[in-house]
This record gives sequence, structure tokens and C-alpha cells, in this order.
Amino acid sequence: MKVRTKHRLIKDKALLWGVCLLAALTAVPLIAILGEVLLRGYDQLSWSFFTEPTPTAYKAMKAIEAGEPIPGGIANGIIGTMIMLGMAVMVAVPVGILCGAYLAENSKRRFAQVVSYLTDLLQGTPSVIIGIITYIWVVVPMKGYSAIAGSVALCIMMLPLIIRSTEETLKILPASLKEAGLALGGNSARVMLRVQLPAAFGGIFTGVLLAISRVIGETAPLMFTALGCSFIRWSIDKPISAVPLLIWEFFNDPNLQELIWGASLFLLLFVLSLNLLSKYLAKKWNQ
Amino acid sequence: MEPIIPILEFKNTCVSYTKQTMAVKYVSAAIERNTITAIMGPSGCGKSTLLRAANLMHELYPNIRVDGEILLNGENILSMEPIDVRRRIGMVFQRPAPFPTMSIYDNVLSGYTLNGIRLAKAEKDATVERCLRSVALWDEVKDVLNKKGTFLSGGQQQRLCIARALAMKPDVLLMDEPTSALDPIATAHIEELMQELQREVTILIVTHNMGQARRISSKSMFMYLGELVEYGDTATMFSNPTDERTRAYLTGKMG
Repeated sequence: MKVRTKHRLIKDKALLWGVCLLAALTAVPLIAILGEVLLRGYDQLSWSFFTEPTPTAYKAMKAIEAGEPIPGGIANGIIGTMIMLGMAVMVAVPVGILCGAYLAENSKRRFAQVVSYLTDLLQGTPSVIIGIITYIWVVVPMKGYSAIAGSVALCIMMLPLIIRSTEETLKILPASLKEAGLALGGNSARVMLRVQLPAAFGGIFTGVLLAISRVIGETAPLMFTALGCSFIRWSIDKPISAVPLLIWEFFNDPNLQELIWGASLFLLLFVLSLNLLSKYLAKKWNQ
Repeated sequence: MEPIIPILEFKNTCVSYTKQTMAVKYVSAAIERNTITAIMGPSGCGKSTLLRAANLMHELYPNIRVDGEILLNGENILSMEPIDVRRRIGMVFQRPAPFPTMSIYDNVLSGYTLNGIRLAKAEKDATVERCLRSVALWDEVKDVLNKKGTFLSGGQQQRLCIARALAMKPDVLLMDEPTSALDPIATAHIEELMQELQREVTILIVTHNMGQARRISSKSMFMYLGELVEYGDTATMFSNPTDERTRAYLTGKMG
């Protein structure tokens, strides 16, 4: 009898260790990526890296020849990314929240089920396809690449994420909350606006942050829409740069390849802090 | 002498969740003004279902059907707009559910906010004080009105929910086991409060607790398997029930 127990305990231990080992293995690539980017990009990060636009290939070549660090930075990309994200968020957040609220409230209706299914499809659509579609829809009629076109592509990519997180958060709210609101004579729109959405704010906000961190690194859709720009630009109807676009451009220019790592590090840290922030907020909200 | 119109009257009220099963079967009962009427019965007897129908809560769930009539001052609420009915028939739920994002002050006024009624600051202050006083919560929370209602104890939260319902000056207050999630002291508070409140509002309360029904109500209903078995004066029902099933339930032979 005793031997049997021991046998089972050993098996249990073995399984535990096996699971731990596999979990550690999945963490390895993440840590390796972080380490690589940190090591290579760390000495490029300086004040001017964030305030100056991309250097020309000629300037970079001269600097390399003289053995100096490459001048300039990625300010044009950061500003472009922020402008496009800002415009995308302004449209995607209200539309996504309203759509999510509709889906959460009417999950039994045929129309809502169809919309819900389409949302899933949109979420699974390859970003390069969203890019080429936006090219046809926005760039061609506007007769040129622009920040507007870029933000449309990012907005389409963010929508399903915001819709889903709104829907899911509203669905896990206790039904008593909605019933209490309705029992006081509120109509369902007011109860949604005054009771349910405020109560779901934490989850929705987390969803928006995750949506931002998800699209901030998108490159393919921006190649078809924003195109890129080597200087700082604030207008929304002209081609504009973005951080992931810059990384692609740096990769294609032998003289600028050193800058890839600084830009990558910036992007990685930005996404990482957005994720940490959303985790922190979600935790705080659930207390 | 004119016949007195009861404040709330069920007339052959039936509630069904599916075509085959009826949760409430042909209930007819007239509720007297300014009384506390208790609805008792074992789990699943349809007492909560009946109560919720009086607030049109079933309209939230399309599969639930209500037949017959429910009259409020002689008007059938089943053909009225839910938002009009719910303003006049308040409801307090089993679990205290103050709105978590609103302060205590805003919770009391939430009925107005949710109905899109704007009040002047002085009116708001007066309403909040009146309602919190009538649930004996004013002295406890008057200095923390801007804090969230969720910081209060369970009993205080439930009293806040009653205050919130009273703010709309309803004719009838429906209470669905309002003390079942509370400790005995908080329960005693709420029971005392209901005695006070029946002067301004008619109370219909579902309770699992026979002692509670006996202590607070003047009229009692006993429901069993969806039927209204017996309805009459609480004292008479407890001392001398007419139906064998009521007797069995009240003496603990059936739960």
C-alpha cells in the first residue's frame, strides 16, 4: 500500500517538474528577444534620438566613416505614430464601445450574432489585407498616401478588440446591477450609460490599451497607407512616418541599419509599459 | 359608499418560463394600502417570480410570459410602459446592489438621473437627507456622502438601496428577500425600518423566513408550486391556517 502511494507521489512530482520546464521554455524566446534588443539598442537611446528626425543616408555614411554615432533619431516616426493612433482611437473607441454594448445586450438577436461573427472574422483578417483594402478605399480616392489613410487602417484593426473587450466586460457584470437600474424606472439606454458602462470602465479601458499596443507595431497596413516620410510632419493629409515603418526603412538601407535597434527598443518598451499599465489598472479595478 | 380600489391587485396572474411549465398559476389577491404583506413559501414556489412580475422585470427576459392582470390603482400595468410602472413600484433586491461607481449621494438620486429628471441643488440635498433619514442611515453617512456606496456594510448598503427606491416616492415597494444576505442585527434594523415605512408606502415582501413574516406583516400569502394557497391576516394564518399545506409548511413538516 505504502509503495503505491510513493509511486503516485513521484508521478505527481514528475508531472509538476515537466510542466514547469515547458513553462520556462516558453518564456525563453521572450526574454531572449528583450535581451537582444536591449543590448543592441541601449546605447542609441539619447535625448536627440527622440527629438530629431531620421538622418539622410549620406549623413549616416559620413558618421560611420568618421567612427561617430549616427546622428538624428526617430522623432518623425514617433510623431506620425501618435497622430495616426490618436485619430484611430478617437473613432474606434466610441464606435467599438457602442457596438460592444449592443452585442452584450442583444446576444440572442440574429443581427447581433451576425455582427459578433463578423467581428471575429475582422479580428482574424491579416493586417496586410486591411492595408490593401484601405489603399483602395482611402488612398486611391484621396489621390495620395496620408496619415488619414494610415489611421483608417489602424482603426479597423482596433475595432474588433475594443468591441470584444467591451462586450465581455459588460457580460460579466452582475445582472443585479442592470435590474436595479431598470427597477428605478430608467430606460435601457440610460442604465447602460449611467450604470453599466461606468461599472465596466476598468475592463473597457484595459481593452483599449491592449488594442493600442496591438496595432502600434503594425507595419504592413501602413506601407499601403501612410507610406513614410523622412522629416517631422504634422499634417494629416500627407504621407507620414511611423516607428514600425522606420524600422523597415532602416533595414533596407545599409547605412541606417544601426538605428533599427534603438527604434525597436522604443517600440518594445512602449508596448510593454502599455501592457503593464493595463494589467495594473485591471487589478486595481477588480478590487 | 364607494368600493375601495386596492393599491395593487393580482387578477388571475400567470407567469410561465416555457410553454409547458407555469411558475405562477392563476394568482388573485388584492393588496391593501399601507400594509406590509408577506409572501411565503418553499423555494421554487413562484413567490419571487410573482413579485418580479409586479415590477415588469420579466420584460427583460423574452422567454417569460405573463398572463392575467396586475392592477395598480385599478390600471393594468401589463399594458403600461415599464419605465412608467417602475417609477411607481419600487423594488429592493435580495443582494444589496448600490451602483458601484456612484457616491452615496448619487446613489440616492440615481432614480432621478436614470429618468432624466434634473433637480436643483437644494432639492437634491433635501431629497438625499429625507430619504436617508427615513431609512435611518443619515446619521451614519452624513459626513461621507461623497464616498462610494460600496464601502458601507451589507446592512447599510441595503438601507441605501431602500432609500434609493423611496426617493422616487413610489406607491408600492417590492422587496425580494431583502434580508437574506444580512446578519441578524442588520435584519432587525431593516425590519424596524419597514414598520416605519408602511405609513408612506405599501410593502410587498417575499421572505423565506417565517419568523420574519410573523414579526412584520399584517397580511400573508402562502404559495406552493405556483399556486396561491392561502391569503389572509398574518395572525390568523399562523394560529389557525385553513389549508393543510399551509399548516404543514408553518409547522416545519414541509420546507
